[in-house]
Amino acid sequence: MKTMKKVMSLVLVSVLTLSMMVGCGNTETAATTWKIGGIGPVTGDASVYGQAVKNGMELAINEINEAGGISGVQIEYNFQDDECDNEKSVNAYNALKDWGMNILVGSVTSGCCIAVTAETAKDNMFQLTPSGSSVDCIINDNVFQVCFTDPNQGIGAAQYIGANGLATKVAVIYNSSDVYSTGIYEKFNAEAANQDFEIVSTSAFTNDSKSDFTVQLQQAKDAGAELVFLPIYAQEASLILTQAAAMDFAPTFFGCDGLDGILAIENFDPSLAEGVILLTPFVADAEDEMTQNFVSKYVESYGETPNQFAADAYDAVYTIKAAIEASGATPADGISGICDKMTGAMTTISVDGLTGTGMTWAATGEVAKEPKAMVIVNGEYTNLQ
Amino acid sequence: MKRLLQSKETKKTLITFGIVIITYIIVEILMLCGLLSNQLQGLLVPICYYVMLAISLNLTVGILGELSLGHAGFACVGVFTGTVFSICMQNVIAASWIRFALAIILGALFAGIVGILIGLPVLRLKGDYLAIVTLAFCEIIKNVINVIYLGKDSQGLHISTTDTTALGMEPEGVVIIKGAQGVTGMPQDANFTIGILLILITLFIVLNLVHSRDGRAIMAIRDNLIAAESVGINITKYKLMAFSISAALAGAAGAYYGHNFNNIKAATNNFGYNMSIMVLVFVVLGGIGNMRGSIIAAVLLTLLPEMLRGISEYRLLIYSIVLIGMMLFNWSPKAQAWKEKMKVRILGKLKKNQKEVQ
Repeated sequence: MKTMKKVMSLVLVSVLTLSMMVGCGNTETAATTWKIGGIGPVTGDASVYGQAVKNGMELAINEINEAGGISGVQIEYNFQDDECDNEKSVNAYNALKDWGMNILVGSVTSGCCIAVTAETAKDNMFQLTPSGSSVDCIINDNVFQVCFTDPNQGIGAAQYIGANGLATKVAVIYNSSDVYSTGIYEKFNAEAANQDFEIVSTSAFTNDSKSDFTVQLQQAKDAGAELVFLPIYAQEASLILTQAAAMDFAPTFFGCDGLDGILAIENFDPSLAEGVILLTPFVADAEDEMTQNFVSKYVESYGETPNQFAADAYDAVYTIKAAIEASGATPADGISGICDKMTGAMTTISVDGLTGTGMTWAATGEVAKEPKAMVIVNGEYTNLQ
Repeated sequence: MKRLLQSKETKKTLITFGIVIITYIIVEILMLCGLLSNQLQGLLVPICYYVMLAISLNLTVGILGELSLGHAGFACVGVFTGTVFSICMQNVIAASWIRFALAIILGALFAGIVGILIGLPVLRLKGDYLAIVTLAFCEIIKNVINVIYLGKDSQGLHISTTDTTALGMEPEGVVIIKGAQGVTGMPQDANFTIGILLILITLFIVLNLVHSRDGRAIMAIRDNLIAAESVGINITKYKLMAFSISAALAGAAGAYYGHNFNNIKAATNNFGYNMSIMVLVFVVLGGIGNMRGSIIAAVLLTLLPEMLRGISEYRLLIYSIVLIGMMLFNWSPKAQAWKEKMKVRILGKLKKNQKEVQ
């Protein structure tokens, strides 16, 4: 018995040691292709977003490769799962580094993005997040955003409601465990003081309690709210709309880009979303050729209508292309060299993408683009003028 | 000294320490030679953390014999006290190792206190009831942390349970805990060497306790409560001792782990029942009461899903299947009988060979 145990522990130790060697030997050889890595949740609760980003990236990269790559250099692509967990996101980043990644698109969710940002800063790796919208995501110089920062959306929403006189009494329901939702709410709250309306009720929920909203809705109803501001994602918003209809509460619902995709939610009656206003940079029904092209290709490849995350990811890849072309970086420059060149070029480029025309970037990493206000009429997104 | 070495227990203990130290040396050598991939280097700190959690939970489950599903909650207390301390003291204590050591001690202390507070009412229960109550406490800890907003400015600390604006801070103030979004911006002091040191300390504390007079009393309670009570063992005292030491060690592990990331939040995945059950899986797979086993199980089960990244989408499916397979192989009666048979056969062959050689 004792010898057996000794043998077992020896074997296990050596197995462990050997397993550590697996995947080693990645000496810094000069890369010859662009290796773009992606990180996001493709399993678990937030998998909708990760999957969309993964598909959007894939679509853009395939298009670019078919057209001959970036300045004649092909792109390789690898997307790793992070289960929407900070620790796993850093693990995924390290795995991608072993694979030889020289540019990172990610992480998809803000919390993970903040954790990964600390690592990319150490390696000076160029990072462009399609949808990590918190301001903390871009505190380092090597990180840029494709989506709006949350504060800008909050201020934009408050100004829009005030300027257009949509309501005088506003209620807010937000997700306090979500960086995105809280970020928008805080700025909305601050900006509301300067506007011509009053916030009569504020209620929060968390990721652990996002199935029943009757308490929050009742609070808004009792306060006499004419408009309910929902800086949250479509999944929860669909429940709020359904539960509001059940309790005969019919204010105007107003959301941000997270509400995009609400008409496609499973088991949701789209007629309930009638009259919902949202500020979003992307809608799948837009008339322009680029969007229609993207949507038809996306539907063909993945069998579903793309949401804003897919569009952000698609734009992210094209932004990287533009930055590489403007900076003249090559894969041979090495991770840090590429990052320095691209960081310099980011502030000079202007990209026409799905989520905005003439997108430009500030050195802080923030994007400048116009949000569009949309209203849902007859089950379709319509521009609100 | 000779007699000490002859003791079976001491030998076992020394082997366990030896395995940890040898693994450390091998990994360090590999790192120096540049043979260790980035992925594994990034995993070293989490692995140390899970090993510590597994060892400390084994004290409650294996030695005290009580099923606790609240272990992640204690780690969570450690994470948040440790990181908040570090952020506050970042400019006060310049030497990072002193600050980090204090953060870990503070994390252990707070988790230990929470352990005692929870243990007092909870340890009156046994078995499944205790498991459920500890699970509930773990959720309470996580949810309480999720509503706390804590900020710091020149006036001192501000605390609120509504949102950051309610903190009423000066414009240059820093928000340390941002409710459910957790803590951001702690110094990343954690490294592998400190992790191994902490594992050795954890092992030392747990194994010494097990082999001490107190340890025997704790095990007597596990084996037969009534008999233990009848010979005058103070049940509450010893139960509480094991439980709170286990909690404190988890807190130390948490404080260490918290300093590995730039942002950490108390979500179900990392500090809720999911993680508590994960740690319990390490303990059960490695063998209840077997410290060496829990170390190996924690390392293997942390590495496994990361090593399976190559098969992307099927990763978590394969991981679960492997987990089922490992459990069956280790603990099903059939598999154990088969292992016995194989052992006899191999040993028999070896003996035969030896005889032939002679």
